[in-house]
Parts: sequence; C-alpha cells; structure tokens
Amino acid sequence: MSAVAPIEVPSRAATHAGDASLDEALLALALRQADSPLVLAQRLCEWIGKAPILEEDIAQANVGLDLVGQARLWYAYAGEIEVRMGRVARGEDDFAFRRDASAFRNVLLVEQPNGDFAHTIVRQFLFDAAQHLALDALARSRDARVAAIAAKAAKEVDYHVERSADWVVRLGDGTAESHERMQRALDALWPYTGELFDADATDLALAEAGFGVDPRTLAAQWRETVDAVLADATLARPADGYVQRGGRDGRHSEHLGHLLCELQFLQRAYPDARW
Amino acid sequence: MSTDTATPPRAEWPLWEIFIRSQHGLAHKHVGSLHAADAAMAVKNARDVYTRRNEGVSIWVVRAADIHASAPGDKAALFDPANDKVYRHPTFFPMPDEVKHL
Repeated sequence: MSAVAPIEVPSRAATHAGDASLDEALLALALRQADSPLVLAQRLCEWIGKAPILEEDIAQANVGLDLVGQARLWYAYAGEIEVRMGRVARGEDDFAFRRDASAFRNVLLVEQPNGDFAHTIVRQFLFDAAQHLALDALARSRDARVAAIAAKAAKEVDYHVERSADWVVRLGDGTAESHERMQRALDALWPYTGELFDADATDLALAEAGFGVDPRTLAAQWRETVDAVLADATLARPADGYVQRGGRDGRHSEHLGHLLCELQFLQRAYPDARW
Repeated sequence: MSTDTATPPRAEWPLWEIFIRSQHGLAHKHVGSLHAADAAMAVKNARDVYTRRNEGVSIWVVRAADIHASAPGDKAALFDPANDKVYRHPTFFPMPDEVKHL
C-alpha cells in the first residue's frame, strides 16, 4: 500500500485538537469509516478474473480500488489521532494487516460472502446508498480532516451508487431467473441493513460536537432511495425483522476471520515484506 | 419459423466502439471497443475500462454495427487520385504564429 499519491489535506493546525474523549470518539469514527470499505474491497477483489463479463471484472476492481483508497485515508488519520493521544504510532498497514477480527469495526453487511452476482450487487447497493448519505453528512464535519476525506470519498461513492443501483434495476427487472436471484439476495441481506443506522454513545457525542453524524437521521432518506430503486427493479422490500448487528463494536460473523486470513496472510507470514 | 414459446438463444451483448475526448483534446478519438447491453451500460463500462488513468473528459459510444466503413478493396480508387494533387495542401500559405490548432 504505498504507490498512491496522498490527497491534499488541511494541516494538523486546522483540525480538532485537545479534548481527549472527543479524540477517542474521532478515532472510533475513523476506524469504522476505514474498515467497512477495506473489507468490502477485499470481497470485490475475489471477483477478479471470474466476474460475469470482462467489463464488469474491471469495474468491480475499480470500485474496490476506490474503497481501498478511502480506507487508507481514514487509517492514516486514525494513526495521527493515536499519536496526538500519546499512543504508539501505527501506520495504514498496521491497521489493515495486524489487527484481529475483533478489532475491526466494519458493518456486518460488507463481510458477507459474495454469493452469486445478485448477492454481490445487492450488498453493494445497500451499502453504497447508506455510505453516500453518511459521507455527504461527514463532508460537513467541523473536523477539517474528516470533512476533507469524506468529501473526496463522497465523489467516488456517487458513482458507485449510480452503478450498483443501475445493476439492481437491470437484474431485478431482467429475466425470471435474475429477478428471483435478486429477490433472494435482498431477503438474505436485509437483516444486515439495520446496523447501518445504529447510533451509540460515540456517534451521539460526535454528532453533538458537530464532528460526526447521527446515523439514525440518515435512515429515512436511505429508505426513500432504496424504495425507489426497488420499485424500478420490480423487487419487494423485505419486512423489517431481526437486525444483525455487532460489527461496529467488533462482534463479527465467522466470515470476517476467513476474509482476514487471505487479506493478512502475506504480512503475517512475512512481516514488513515489501514489493 | 418456430413458435415463440422456447427460451430465446443466449446472445452476446452487442459490441460498442468507444470514443474519448482527452483533457486537452479537441475531438473524440477512438480508443477501443467493449460489450454492453445498451448505450447507458456502454458509457459506464467505457468509464471503467478506458478512463481509469484520467484519460478523458467526455465519452461517446456507438454501436459497432452502426458504423459503415469504406471497403479496403476500394482503397486505390478512393485515395490514390489525391496523391498527385499537391496544390490541395495548404502548405503554400504562410500561417501567422498566433493561429492555433492547425
């Protein structure tokens, strides 16, 4: 993870400084914002070489690379926050490759297996639609770094959600088989969407201070977007029921451990290996 | 003709020719081709396949089937007659330095 040029971000002086409990909350925000795209990018990588068509193979990898880029910016910021809190300096690679599953703060939705192409697309759309709203809100954060990273990521996610929504409509309103597969994927993944709008003390403290956003305030607009796309796709929104949650606190499904085995293997077996 | 009850044969998506206008380019240039189900998908795919390295500011897509080409066999008849008509080139006029894009 070293070949990408860093984006221009405001200097440390322009950002929040001082308050220890807010720093702790900002650190949690940075890791939550970093881990979801990283894990989803790893899932998208699994399609490389075997996506349904060549063009889609490249497109999936592009989205994955966008997400890795976003994760890197958040990790870099998380490292800086830790340093100003007087902790040992950690770099992007430390966060990505040297934490165990329970230290990851991604939502459960993104670690779910690729399944068929319908599962991959539905997972992507449900996440993109929420992420789009979250990043737009974070781009107005009073913390200049959070705002800058979110604004850059939001531009990429604008395209991601357009693309994944397009596929949801094409496949939902496609053949009998594609429709059935899409509905099955939607039913399977719906219980993981509740977690996208959970708010805990950290979220509320950040929202209160103007540094973050209360995820609950995004739910209605997300539902509006999702409903419109599902209607176009002739898919039925599943009933709300049991919500699978815990990822944002480090309680993950068994899938994450397997994913990390592959993601982290090289750095675990050959620490500090370089290209 | 058979009745329309059978599943239609699986067809390849049509081929599209992709034209990109680069950052400072004045015209769209042909960059390659790809498969897509329709024009909207062709534009998206072109974005992902051909503009990954910041190549473009505008994309045109054209169905390959809609492009009509001159026949290679007609090359002599079409183009050779221009060979000896040097007076058609604008090289006999001095051009002021200020004139760009020529």
